[in-house]
Amino acid sequence: MSAITMRELTKVYPGGVRALDALDLEIADGEFFALLGPSGCGKTTLLRTIAGLEVASGGSVRIGERDVTGLPPGKRDVAMVFQDYALFPHMTVRDNIAYPLRIKKVDRRTRGGKAADTAEELGLSGLLERRPGQLSGGQQQRVALARAMACHPQVFLLDEPLSNLDARLRLEARTFLKRLQRELGVTTVFVTHDQAEALALADRIAVMEGGRIRQVGTPTEVFRRPANTFVAGFIGSTPMNLIDARVHGGELAVGPARLPLPDDSHGQVTDGERLVYGIRPEYLDYSPTAVPGALTGEVVVVENLGSVSLVSLDVPADDTGPADAGSPAGDAGRTSVQVVVPEGAEPEPGDTGWVVPRPGRSLLYRDGTLVTATATAEVPAPRAGAAVRS
Amino acid sequence: MVQVTSPPDEVVEGARPVTGASPAPAPDAAGLGRARATGFLVPALVLILVFLVVPAAWTIYLGVTNYRLTGLAAAHPEVVGLDNYTQALGDERFRTSLLLTLQFVLGSAVIGQAGLGFAIAFALRDRRGPLRRVVEGFVLLSWILPSSVVAFLWIALLDRDAGTLNALLGIPGTAWLLDHPMLSIIVFNTWRGTAFSMMLYAAALENVPRSHLETARLAGASTWQQLRDVVFPRIRGHVLTNLLLISLWTFNDFAPFLITAGGPEQRSEILPVYVYKVALSGGELGFGAAISFIMLLINLVIALVYLRMLGRRKEPA
Repeated sequence: MSAITMRELTKVYPGGVRALDALDLEIADGEFFALLGPSGCGKTTLLRTIAGLEVASGGSVRIGERDVTGLPPGKRDVAMVFQDYALFPHMTVRDNIAYPLRIKKVDRRTRGGKAADTAEELGLSGLLERRPGQLSGGQQQRVALARAMACHPQVFLLDEPLSNLDARLRLEARTFLKRLQRELGVTTVFVTHDQAEALALADRIAVMEGGRIRQVGTPTEVFRRPANTFVAGFIGSTPMNLIDARVHGGELAVGPARLPLPDDSHGQVTDGERLVYGIRPEYLDYSPTAVPGALTGEVVVVENLGSVSLVSLDVPADDTGPADAGSPAGDAGRTSVQVVVPEGAEPEPGDTGWVVPRPGRSLLYRDGTLVTATATAEVPAPRAGAAVRS
Repeated sequence: MVQVTSPPDEVVEGARPVTGASPAPAPDAAGLGRARATGFLVPALVLILVFLVVPAAWTIYLGVTNYRLTGLAAAHPEVVGLDNYTQALGDERFRTSLLLTLQFVLGSAVIGQAGLGFAIAFALRDRRGPLRRVVEGFVLLSWILPSSVVAFLWIALLDRDAGTLNALLGIPGTAWLLDHPMLSIIVFNTWRGTAFSMMLYAAALENVPRSHLETARLAGASTWQQLRDVVFPRIRGHVLTNLLLISLWTFNDFAPFLITAGGPEQRSEILPVYVYKVALSGGELGFGAAISFIMLLINLVIALVYLRMLGRRKEPA
């Protein structure tokens, strides 16, 4: 009913900056959808184009059955919550929540009642006569949400909904937001640069770079099987290890070490081929003693993350190939590998350690794209130099 | 001399010396001491006294005399009490002049300069680049040119026989300055002073967050509703300050004299022109001084009204 469909959506700013590049995307009815990416990837432009605050240079946007590409923001039946909440400081909480109803010429009594009902749902009942300046950050956010909810739009758009809250409140608000979206069941699109936020909240995530979508999937898919090295490096609180490797006699050669090929790459690779081996630090096991099928190197840095530690090892790498600018390779012939080590098992810097990949968790990338048993639709890399605003 | 400098440790702590806060602080923030501080102030105070306070007091004194530029009363002015004031308030020419001045202030300052200035600032708020620079450049140019130059340009523009405007419109012989003197000086002063309001509102509009306007747009608000609900509440202080300044400036503006000289038949004789004619052309200095004082009082009332509105608006915010 209120799915959002984008076809060939393009936005070129005056001056030639291509913020959205022929983008196709479908967001299902009732879905909680995240647009994730670094600054300048076009995610905010995409959200604003759905809202109608930016006019698309090409392509179309449909909400439900309606083509809204040419409609002004007020006629699209969407509500947006801005990063700064955009509450009107001279109006009371009640008037702020009732504002869209006032514009729609709902009479004073009805809209006052509706505002009070919505405020009650969000736990704002006692604050109706206050002004936004007298509220805490979390309360302000809920007033902004209430204003968006009050006129029952088809779509909610949230721009960095949690970034203005302090760390402790952010977690609370995250849980609250997810429950609220479940209860309302309204199609919701939100923008974030925080991959943890996207993983925690969204039903599906679109990872964007340079005005294009690099991968769309559930949090599990995006985390477990990033479609390309960009997504692999972006998702996860500790970035995935991306190591230059070579196929050698049914095994993978990383410097002197030999690792088993990932399961679904059998038959997809040829002997002697150069690839990038991807493994998350969480899926590596550290051992202080020599084990077969492991990478070995000297412990360089130990970072305490609370319940676990992030250990960086300096591992001898494939020194015959040219250094890949995209990989975190250090000096020629050496590369850094990070591994998550549980409490109590941390090595000291200077120790020699062995890390073993857990079975079924390693991935292979050819030219930046995931090698899988079934050929996946190739997502081309964004054209070089396409600087975009976020 | 009183203590001149604060103890060095106080400076290191960054504590501003406040009277009574430490054992022997300087009574001023800069640590000059009373005597030297007074020394710095005296020249400015003397200038203000000589050029502002004394003439003002002298005007008040003259306003109760029959002092004239020439004749017997010039040599031996006599105190006539409030005669000048009663005469002025009963004078048809004064009352007409006051009415014209109010028209002039409302038309050229409040509606003209503030209205047009805001309209230009709002229209250009998201624009960058050549269009904005050209518009702002022209508007500013009309503001920074000397009055005498500008007056000459406008006479050339509005002239009956060889005027640029008549040539452009193809209606030679229209005597703008004779047939529509008030309209002419109102348009002139709007053109002349819009730059100030435009710049002030352009700065004020920077304070209106884009997200607030966009929230209103998403709710379906029209441009007028956006102005009413988002922009004006946000820039109310700027609007009042702007209106206060341009009202006072326009009320006291003498430049229209250079174009119409108050004529024809006193139909554009605003108060500053009236005072000039009475006091300097007519030589009735005492009467002119009385009218000047009335103008001063009107200015004071305008200022108080605006300041009251400004103060009241600040409290609930």
